[in-house]
Amino acid sequence: MMQLAVRAEPLLSVDNLVVEYGLGNKTVHAVSGVSLAVARGETLGLVGESGCGKSTLGRAVLQLRRAKSGRVLFDGDDLTAMEGEALRKMRRRVQLIFQDPIASLNPRRRIGDIVAEPLIIAGVKDAAERKRRVHEVLSAVGLDPDLVAGRLPHEFSGGQCQRICIARSLVLNPEFIVCDEPVSALDVSIRAQILNLLEEMKARFGLTLLFIAHDLAVVKAVSDRVAVMYLGRLCEVGPSEQLFARPAHPYTDLLLQAIPVPDPDVRPVEGVAIGEPPSPIAPPSGCRFRTRCPRADQRCSAEIPELREVAPGQFAACHHPLA
Amino acid sequence: MSNPLLTIEDVAVELPTPRGNLRAVDHVDLSLDAGRTLGIVGESGCGKTMLSRAVLQLLPKKATLTGRVMFEGQDLVRLSSESLRRLRGRDLAVVFQDPMTSLNPVLTIGTQLIETIQEHLELDAPAARKRSIELLAAVGIPAPEQRLAQYPHQCSGGMRQRIAIAIALSCEPKLLIADEPTTALDVTIQAQILDLLAREQRRRHMAMIIITHDLGVVAGRADEVAVMYAGRVVERAPTRALFKRMHMPYTEALLAAIPKLETAPHTPLPAISGRPPDPTRPLKGCSFAPRCRYAVSRCHEAKPGLTSAEMPGHLYACFHPIRMAEGIGA
Repeated sequence: MMQLAVRAEPLLSVDNLVVEYGLGNKTVHAVSGVSLAVARGETLGLVGESGCGKSTLGRAVLQLRRAKSGRVLFDGDDLTAMEGEALRKMRRRVQLIFQDPIASLNPRRRIGDIVAEPLIIAGVKDAAERKRRVHEVLSAVGLDPDLVAGRLPHEFSGGQCQRICIARSLVLNPEFIVCDEPVSALDVSIRAQILNLLEEMKARFGLTLLFIAHDLAVVKAVSDRVAVMYLGRLCEVGPSEQLFARPAHPYTDLLLQAIPVPDPDVRPVEGVAIGEPPSPIAPPSGCRFRTRCPRADQRCSAEIPELREVAPGQFAACHHPLA
Repeated sequence: MSNPLLTIEDVAVELPTPRGNLRAVDHVDLSLDAGRTLGIVGESGCGKTMLSRAVLQLLPKKATLTGRVMFEGQDLVRLSSESLRRLRGRDLAVVFQDPMTSLNPVLTIGTQLIETIQEHLELDAPAARKRSIELLAAVGIPAPEQRLAQYPHQCSGGMRQRIAIAIALSCEPKLLIADEPTTALDVTIQAQILDLLAREQRRRHMAMIIITHDLGVVAGRADEVAVMYAGRVVERAPTRALFKRMHMPYTEALLAAIPKLETAPHTPLPAISGRPPDPTRPLKGCSFAPRCRYAVSRCHEAKPGLTSAEMPGHLYACFHPIRMAEGIGA
């Protein structure tokens, strides 16, 4: 994959993926031809504002939403071509963590059973083995299995529920986890705990992560590389440090400038952000960011910009990239 | 010193719950001068929203409120509901986190704006309509005349928040309370809404309270910041002092726990261990002590009161304040 300069064989590669939803007689162009790759052991951050298609992309990777066209290769196998039992088998290797930890836990089931459920679905018949695994992952996420296994989700705070969700995602020993806004619903002090935990779990279990979030600082904290999405397309992808230090796409630059910095000496510049994202039902022709871009000209409305390498390992889809 | 526009004196709010009384706001004192911006920062459940509801006298029915809320010399706690209604929406306006909760889904935007204006100002219908159009244009709504005929669901989240701000500003309030005004919005829209609030505030010389969980939102925009934890104000200072020379360990820990753009990837975050105390079971000592790395036995035994630092207007509630030496002469 071109975005992976000298890296080994990617664990996941997404190739020209298109996902569309029907809405009455209209079509929502949620993901319009996205290609990216994640190397084994890597964390790829995926950022963008609401409605940019980042969650849809995450779901399409796991085949929870089937793509209209394009391929999702996981360890060499095309997931988009898989169905039934084959797909179910594959799902043991790929897991998902959601934004709202409380809503992702069945309120009527005990924590021990919630975490053991994937094992039952995967056909682990030995109850003692299941119990051992549940204990192992609950301890790994910093919970005392003897204290929590018998309790119900409402007895736990949001941060603890997210720990339980992470434990559940780890119980089948997956290789790849899609984290969809895993800390957005959490308070600052709890958010740091969960981000640290994800990093620890990644190292301990040798995981590869697709980390989806809208907060650039959160994404940077955990990601080796970052991909920026806008209205269904990738704007820019590159190594985290480099992308944040020298953004090439005007949209990445806008996002970076719009973040309120917790430092009173950094005065907010008024007027950097203009306009609102257009509707994904009728996206603009050419570059989808052109309606809000200070650099846009005629070429931007006529011609879709392709991802091009602007610096080693950094790719931007822009006709007029920043120097 | 001139008389402040708003003074919150020893305000406490209690809410009955099945597990006992919950002290949402625990004896808070704050004041705000005309034209100034106060940021109130804290995590969920710290009481920041309940405090703003106490100012607006919009607490849940079962809540009990003690203390005084002095607004332009009158105590809002003792005001009749009729006088309160006249005050709210005119001198005292509010913008909520979710604009859908303040906009009526079955009325057009025009009806809602014109109704507010006519309720409080003596204007006939054409004049109120003209003013509505001017307000929508001022808050950055394109084609304001057409918007008047639309319903809230026909607008995006950012547009709805602009409309809610237009309604809040419609009667030239002296104080605007913005409760997490941008939390539901995307970062590029957030920047626009914060710009808008700052611009309108300067233009109207209006005082503003911004309530937020995001220290970044208040850093560049508030004159003064109060940090709340477990129902109390634990530190209060002019913005720059709060960020650069905070004395309260919680403020330091909260700021350190935020992921920063300038930090290299995979740097472990200095997380705050544990979680806030159960508000139905108040602690004897400092509420932050169980999570504080500086805590000693005294911190668990007694509650530190707000103490003045060297700098005027800087208060902190801690037995072991940090950065004290650096503060002198700085």
